[in-house]
Amino acid sequence: MTEPAFDPDTEHLLRDLAPQVLGAIVRRYRDFAASEDAVQEALIAATQQWPREGTPANARGWLIQVAARRMVDHVRSESARRQREQAAALDFGQIVAATSVERAPDHDETLTLLFMCCHPALTTSSAVALTLRAVGGLTTAQIAHAFLVPEATMAQRISRAKQTIRASGVPFDAPAPRARAERLEAVLHVLYLIFNEGYTASTGSSLQRLDLAAEAIRLARAVRHLIPDDAEAAGLLALMILTHARRDARTGPAGELIPLPHQDRSRWDRVAIAEGVALLTDTLSQGRVGPYQLQAAIAAVHDEAPRHQDTDWPQIAALYGLLERMSDNPMVALNRAIAVAMVQGPDAGLALVDALAAGGRLAGSHRLDAVRGHLLELAGQREAAVAAYLAAANRTTNTAERTYLLTQAATLREREGG
Amino acid sequence: MKYMLMMNAPGSGPYQIGGWPRKDIQAHIGFMIAFSKKLHESGELVGGEGLSAPDQAKLVRADRNGAPVTDGVFPESKEFLAGYWIVDVDSPERAYAIAAEASAAPGPGGEPLNMAIEVREVMSGPPPDLL
Repeated sequence: MTEPAFDPDTEHLLRDLAPQVLGAIVRRYRDFAASEDAVQEALIAATQQWPREGTPANARGWLIQVAARRMVDHVRSESARRQREQAAALDFGQIVAATSVERAPDHDETLTLLFMCCHPALTTSSAVALTLRAVGGLTTAQIAHAFLVPEATMAQRISRAKQTIRASGVPFDAPAPRARAERLEAVLHVLYLIFNEGYTASTGSSLQRLDLAAEAIRLARAVRHLIPDDAEAAGLLALMILTHARRDARTGPAGELIPLPHQDRSRWDRVAIAEGVALLTDTLSQGRVGPYQLQAAIAAVHDEAPRHQDTDWPQIAALYGLLERMSDNPMVALNRAIAVAMVQGPDAGLALVDALAAGGRLAGSHRLDAVRGHLLELAGQREAAVAAYLAAANRTTNTAERTYLLTQAATLREREGG
Repeated sequence: MKYMLMMNAPGSGPYQIGGWPRKDIQAHIGFMIAFSKKLHESGELVGGEGLSAPDQAKLVRADRNGAPVTDGVFPESKEFLAGYWIVDVDSPERAYAIAAEASAAPGPGGEPLNMAIEVREVMSGPPPDLL
């Protein structure tokens, strides 16, 4: 399958239109799975025809018309099949003039699509893939490439996801008010997962992968635009922007991981930081604080420190404390231990880490050993720190992180002077 | 023809990367990244992965009801599979040449490790006239 080969503006336009076109087609034909296929075909037709013939003046209308024609073909062949099998009458009502489908862009449909793609009946990996395709307008090949799986695997994952939606009988409608908050939480979680995948996988060994983090930000912007009054949607967008602002400083020339204390802060994106801080400040003033806003606030405190030693650690420790009370996540407690160590000294942090280890919920996690190694290093216990770094290196499944931990251990050992 | 190149690291001996000096770790990892990149650029790399540490490994068998029964962990084994590449090449000789290059990855002091790389041809589908 050919990849889009035109300028970024046109690709952007195409991707922005994808969910609107899909919304229009699903609303008319009610069959999500077939509509989604038809829209993919229309997008592919556009990637082939537009560079040759120019972008049509009414790009949205063009895509809807092509997708609707595909749907008509689909309905006809389905009807013919049914006729052959059951001598059933052709359902002419399904076949309508393609142009009658079009109407003004309806932003609620993009949101309805998101609710459908992030439905709780789906596994998270299915929801992620379906969201990127149906709402993000990416091709199956692009998504497969981003997750480093074969295209056939990703195609199957998407197809299974659509079957699940069909089988669970989820209607293409906005969720009832009572279920809305819960469903919105699922949508934000899927976007957060897409961002994290892009963030942790952006190592030098990956070859020209689609920027999933940037894609997640694009989708989070769309959600923020659709529901401007939701504080957590804004908080998630701010978190992504504030974290992504450091991307250029996170890796060295060979793709090696550079941790926060050693990053060259002149390479942070100041424009993005200003945008994220403004968005967060505006959101926090509304007074409905949630976990994404707190994480964004922590990212903002880091981003606003000119040097690592200027970091406002008491503030970060307090924010992690609030977050811990809200989310009961042992990883949050682990991060709080680092902040506490920076405020009260490494022994206080190590005591928290030991308590967490005794709790057993982080048993086998490489992060626990990595943090312990860091705190032991701060405490001047080099031998124990080396052992903790090596244990973490042995447990991590991320290549860049493994290299970093091995290097930390070797550096410490050499500083000891053999 | 496709070949799978399996990098078998000894359970003891020089491939204990955690104990190497910093510059040797960096040289080794730099070599591995450049090696994969070169194979990718020559159009010969089909795929490849590094595997996480062997002490987390489990052996799984199905019991009478098909439920998984796990066995392990195995702390000390003679050799373990550290990672693999699948390459698509014109001749077995080319596959051996690629394997030799991987085998000579730098170890402590920059000396070649000369690890054993197991080379196995990947089975292909039936020829068209048998379909």
